[in-house]
Amino acid sequence: MSTPPSTPSPSSSPSPAPSAPPASGAPAAAPVHAPPAPRSVLGEGGASGPTLVNKPLPISKAGAGLRSRIYGRAGWAIVLGAALVLAVLVPVLNTMPKAFPLAIPDYAIPLLGKFLCYGMAAIAMDLVWGYTGILSLGHALFFALGGYGMGMYLMRSIQGQGVYRSNLPDFMVFLDWKELPWYWRGFDHFPFALAMALLVPGLLALVFGWFAFRSRIKGVYLSIVTQALTYAAMLLFFQNATGFGGNNGLTDFKRLLGYSLQAPSTKLFLYILTALALTGTFVLCRYVVNSKLGRVLTAVRDAESKVRFCGYESTHYKLFVWTLSAMLCALAGALYVPQVGIINPSEMQPSNSIELAIWVAVGGRGTLIGPLVGALLLNGAKSWLTAAFPSAWLYVLGSIFVLVTLFLPRGVVGLVGLVRARLRSRATAAASASHGGPS
Amino acid sequence: MARGWMGQRWAWRSHWMVAAVVGICATLAGPGVRVGGGPARAAAATGTVTATVTVEQAIQGLSDPSDEVIVASIRQLGQLEDPRAIPVLEALVDDRLRSGADKRTWIWNSKTRDLVDPLTGAVAGPSARPAREVEVNNDIRRDATPVLAQLHLASPDIGVRLAAAEELSKDNDEEASALLHRALDREKDDGVKEQLALAVARMDLSSPNAETRLSAVKIVHRTGNDGFLAELQRLVSTGADGKAAETDTRVRAEAQEALNAILSRRRLITTFGSLLHGLSLASVLLFAALGLAITFGLLGVINMAHGEMLMLGAYSTYSVQVFFQQHLPNLFRYYVLAAVPVAFLVTFGVGVLMERLIIKHLYGRPLETLLATWGISLLLIQSVRLIFGAQNVAVANPDWLAGGVEIAHGLVLPFNRIGVITFVVMVAVAVWVLLYKTRIGLNVRAMTQNRGMAACVGIPTDRLDAFMFGLGSGIAGLGGVALSQLGNVGPELGQSYIIDSFMVVVLGGVGRLAGALVSALGLGVLNKLLEPTVGAVLGKILVLVFVILFIQRRPQGLFALKGREA
Repeated sequence: MSTPPSTPSPSSSPSPAPSAPPASGAPAAAPVHAPPAPRSVLGEGGASGPTLVNKPLPISKAGAGLRSRIYGRAGWAIVLGAALVLAVLVPVLNTMPKAFPLAIPDYAIPLLGKFLCYGMAAIAMDLVWGYTGILSLGHALFFALGGYGMGMYLMRSIQGQGVYRSNLPDFMVFLDWKELPWYWRGFDHFPFALAMALLVPGLLALVFGWFAFRSRIKGVYLSIVTQALTYAAMLLFFQNATGFGGNNGLTDFKRLLGYSLQAPSTKLFLYILTALALTGTFVLCRYVVNSKLGRVLTAVRDAESKVRFCGYESTHYKLFVWTLSAMLCALAGALYVPQVGIINPSEMQPSNSIELAIWVAVGGRGTLIGPLVGALLLNGAKSWLTAAFPSAWLYVLGSIFVLVTLFLPRGVVGLVGLVRARLRSRATAAASASHGGPS
Repeated sequence: MARGWMGQRWAWRSHWMVAAVVGICATLAGPGVRVGGGPARAAAATGTVTATVTVEQAIQGLSDPSDEVIVASIRQLGQLEDPRAIPVLEALVDDRLRSGADKRTWIWNSKTRDLVDPLTGAVAGPSARPAREVEVNNDIRRDATPVLAQLHLASPDIGVRLAAAEELSKDNDEEASALLHRALDREKDDGVKEQLALAVARMDLSSPNAETRLSAVKIVHRTGNDGFLAELQRLVSTGADGKAAETDTRVRAEAQEALNAILSRRRLITTFGSLLHGLSLASVLLFAALGLAITFGLLGVINMAHGEMLMLGAYSTYSVQVFFQQHLPNLFRYYVLAAVPVAFLVTFGVGVLMERLIIKHLYGRPLETLLATWGISLLLIQSVRLIFGAQNVAVANPDWLAGGVEIAHGLVLPFNRIGVITFVVMVAVAVWVLLYKTRIGLNVRAMTQNRGMAACVGIPTDRLDAFMFGLGSGIAGLGGVALSQLGNVGPELGQSYIIDSFMVVVLGGVGRLAGALVSALGLGVLNKLLEPTVGAVLGKILVLVFVILFIQRRPQGLFALKGREA
């Protein structure tokens, strides 16, 4: 969704539409919200032509089921059901003997965990972009900072068992450092490290957001400035002198709270934890966007000046959701690191932030479920394509960027709504016995 | 000529010979002086050197079986100071001297396997063979080397004189000092005189005489040569016992002054050097920013693929270079000139295509434009990678852009940087003329101010959009030509410039060409000025932080957009 365009754009402008979709993502609170969503989607679909309706159908079927059930029944049951599938069924399938046809192999568990972490970050991104209209190109920074916080704890927990048998992390011994820098202190305690992993990115987001929103930097300018911030941080972390392992980052982790990270059981536990955290994030975000505060956020996205004139201090709302999103991203990062086993500055690359945005765009902005779907879809495709056709992946990714923005402004989830609307109109057309459905 | 001052230098070469040499010396010196032979022989016998000896005679003496005669001949050559004797002495030191069957001195040319006359260079007839190698021991070398240096100092060739002075000044020796002083008095060429004075000064700095030292320091001060930094620092330093290394206070004060002068001069040179680097970085940034100022500032389109236009421009240059190498090798010098229009047309075409196919549909949706153009940049990068390979390709400077002028000691202005700066100035002027002095520019400015009104009065806004977008891309393509002359060309070339160039546009005020100019200069120079003091990475971070803070201070001025506001 865009900030209000000040130009007479030739194509049918999407700006009148956004009034409907934010609420459409809410299952429990607004169960009878089905009609508005398809209507607005139809309005868009009519302009962008019928060709796209047919092609990506296979993908949308799965999503259609999920979404329709959320709409149809009590949302909580669905969310809990999905959570059960992710957090219970998958682990159970993992423990099945290999002969069992649906058994999930061990190597897939961290991979799935990684995808769910990306999904969490995408949901956090949706909160600021889809609902509040702030396109951040710096969320990879918060993700990586959370990861670094966890990584620092994991580094400290290997004390004495590194290559150099030193109490210091290996890279510090390598750099000939004699003692721990002050900002590493306390990271041998897990609760402290976890708190820092969330608070430091949160604080950074708060300070940066305060400066940015106070000066009313918005739209692409905010995007550019966040990108510059991430870029600067990446350069900083690449330095050995910064004290976070430079190029190599933090790696070679051994154990978490005494449990070996190599053990399948630990991996499974981390996966379950991630699935639960994802569910929690999802519910929390739904709570936020459905609250009165969420309505203000949507209003800020669609017409910030009007919100200000109505007496709302939009800066505070934006600041809140921005910081919350950053901390959720950091949590995803903190869960990501022990499962992947490494964190280095390349996680902060500007391209990572932009990819995060495209997951959201592919899934569908302002839907919460869309970003999750987008993250899973794109990362699954990436895992498969980079192995099968290494040179094709960038083409696919690049084309997705272009095609989704041009033809799929509502993402896959929006496409599902579109298809459903078409089907319904065809059904009604058939009922009235007149021929003339879409090609 | 004192013996032994070159001893250490030669010891490494022939330490294994020492035993044998000592033996030979003993046998030769033992029976006393033989009678007969030329004047050199007589001179060796009497211990005096007669002034009537000619160069030819002295050279003849070099192949004498007696070591004493050889040494005496060397001294005669030293007194004669005839540069013609240089090759024969070099041959002596390098064991290339032969005594022919005809009792004459010959130089053995190991390449042509000929015996050559030391003075005329004529090849010896058969009568010279078989030739005997002249046995040379360390004592003889010790005598020959300073004489050789002395002859070099008298050589008519400036380069040879300078090298000899340099060589001599490294040895702390009275004789060498005397030699250099003599050479200094004789010298006519100013440049060589300067070098000689420095060489003398270098030696005199460690002279026991305070006056000599003082005059030496003064010479150093006057020339400001920074090769003396360590020497001067030693002079002003105090030892561990608190005693000054230099006892004479005048010398110390003079040395301190000279040191300060050299240091400040050096600082000036580094500053100037980084200023120049900053300027050329600024000019590349300016190319990118000028293009962005048009697409982003005037059209309101945020183009993340803008950096890739730089990259495409650079690869166009590479392709033109390859084409010239293969088909027009004799015009290779001018390939850069041909690359300029090619790069512009390629990137202009890509820009127009992008605008017509994709961006046109996204006007008024800046965030989507950002994502779509990012996708385009991925496609472009991957295509270039598939066509040209993922490795960097080499783009050579044509000869007239290679090298540079040295405007001061240690400060070189490279031609390619000067060329790039000139080029960007030309392009900036051209863009200014286009925007402010032509009809198209008038239309563009009208369109920027009020699009609907402009369309109403008949300005073809649609076509103008495409044209301006192509123009912005084309200018970035020209930047790619410039960039290819400064560094490596790789598929990810543009990525490193995109953030910087957006900073330039944001800082300079959107839609303002002058703003882009000033902020490109500012950021480029600031970047390079910070580099020596805080390091490249921290410098970049500081610049980014500065930009972010600056935006805090002046948001309205910078973000007050006319036209299609984002």
